[in-house]
Amino acid sequence: MTVDLDTVRRIARLARIAVSDEELPHLRGELNAILSFVEQLNEVDVSGVEPMTSVTPMTMKKRRDVVTDGGYPELIVKNAPATEDNFFLVPKVVE
Amino acid sequence: MNDLTHLTLAEARDGLKAKRFSATELAKAHIAAIEQARVLNAYVLETPEKALGMAAVADAKIMAGEARPLEGIPLGVKDLFCTKGTVTTACSNILKGFEPPYESTVTEQLWRDGAVMLGKLNNDEFAMGSSNETSAFGPVVNPWRRRGSNVHAAQEGAIEGAHLVPGGSSGGSAAAVAARLCLGATATDTGGSIRQPAAFTGTVGIKPTYGRCSRWGIVAFASSLDQAGPIARTVRDCAILLRSMAGPDPKDTTCADLPVPDYEAAVSRGVKGLRIGIPKEYRLDGMPAEIERLWSEGAAWLKSAGAEIVEVSLPHTKYALPAYYIVAPAEASSNLARYDGVRYGLRVPGRDIIEQYEKTRAAGFGREVKRRVMIGTYVLSAGYYDAYYVRAQKIRTLIKRDFEAVYAQGVDAILTPATPSAAFEIGEKGSADPVEMYLNDIFTVTVNMAGLPGIAVPAGLDSQGLPLALQLIGRPFDEETLFAAGQIIEEAAGRMVLPEPWWAK
Repeated sequence: MTVDLDTVRRIARLARIAVSDEELPHLRGELNAILSFVEQLNEVDVSGVEPMTSVTPMTMKKRRDVVTDGGYPELIVKNAPATEDNFFLVPKVVE
Repeated sequence: MNDLTHLTLAEARDGLKAKRFSATELAKAHIAAIEQARVLNAYVLETPEKALGMAAVADAKIMAGEARPLEGIPLGVKDLFCTKGTVTTACSNILKGFEPPYESTVTEQLWRDGAVMLGKLNNDEFAMGSSNETSAFGPVVNPWRRRGSNVHAAQEGAIEGAHLVPGGSSGGSAAAVAARLCLGATATDTGGSIRQPAAFTGTVGIKPTYGRCSRWGIVAFASSLDQAGPIARTVRDCAILLRSMAGPDPKDTTCADLPVPDYEAAVSRGVKGLRIGIPKEYRLDGMPAEIERLWSEGAAWLKSAGAEIVEVSLPHTKYALPAYYIVAPAEASSNLARYDGVRYGLRVPGRDIIEQYEKTRAAGFGREVKRRVMIGTYVLSAGYYDAYYVRAQKIRTLIKRDFEAVYAQGVDAILTPATPSAAFEIGEKGSADPVEMYLNDIFTVTVNMAGLPGIAVPAGLDSQGLPLALQLIGRPFDEETLFAAGQIIEEAAGRMVLPEPWWAK
């Protein structure tokens, strides 16, 4: 399977990565090289095989549903590019 | 007393305990070596003050007779591990200046046991690469040079000649250990990122079983494959480090609730009576004769130490790498969705929030990372999910079954080459076709897909004088057998004679 330029543009949009029109053909070539490499997986008969969900058999650890951490909002926002009163600042999303 | 950097970790530990030198002297010797080696670009951040502070505490502990297991041992930390109050970037521009307010469990345990932090080590951006060329801090120089190579230290702290890559993604860790800029280093391995750079630099690296070390506080790449482990100069040194790094952690639900064995005790256990498998599918067409020879030699060493060598079959081996290039990018695209310019890292403003996301990620991610995020986005998108992602996860089940069948025959460990070649030149691979670079992990990636432990041990030099390594693959949670068998290879091959510091001016 190969992807065309429109598909590359759509993938970039879904991935939330701005891609210029000049970059598209090169990216398309690289993505197609990877897709043609993985094509060989179609040779394998996978009928009746369960997809892997956990590489080592283990039961999910559980703990009591109680607060064990927190109470330091200033540390949470410390690395944010823009904050106000311990809130993250983003451009307006609701009119 | 610069010879202190030539000690193994075990020798340094014993010397400190016997008070032949102090932790402060040991730290100072390494700080001086690091200053002389900046041209290698192994460290992206040096923390000499932190190192001296920790060394002073270590000296006090030793004087008080309260030395902990790694008291005063100077280590380097891959920049993928969050270190509290010390900048951690995963070598990506999108995390420039990120100062974690918490410490990764693995590094926390190293400090708990008395180790000393020298600084943060270079790696491929978000651990995506096999040559350390994708780092936002630039490539790392392999301390090894080809015999007769023109690579040398020039004036003004530059290197002339086409130098070799140290492998990746833990290229800084491997180069720093090989250049004696630390006694050991933390590393991570998603498809071969501990074992391949260890092989390229004549050092020892172990990727433990998935779940042996906590992933908490390690910048995530592909969560079902990522695992932390050490790189050091001997098998014993790796065993010592892994004991401190491993263990249960309530903060990581995928971290196994299993006690950590005394790995160092396993080092001298020998291989008498063990059954070692040689998988025929690893004999690739066009494999260099030197690697083929090294592999047979390794089997002969283990045999003469009392192991039984048997041929085994892992029929789905060739599908591991293509399946990996679906699973790993899929998980990466999901994990890296968090870099949105809101909570940390880079922000590039846009007209609206969507444009802000798009511009931030376009500016912050490097080419390889963008490529993988996009492939991952594609294979997870509506209409392609079953054809790509689900199929790859089914093939992963088959790969794991191959190993289970071999272990059910009574095989204790599997011997393979670690890499298909020795270290290559910077810029030599992957510029036209990304798959060319991906093929580096052909022998290591199966191990991650099956969640097994694997160790790379240097086993000889190629005709150009560059190190080559063998890989041993173990049963789940049986790292001990790998240390025991690895030690046999190390003894038979003879300890690697590491390069002299030609880079120091």
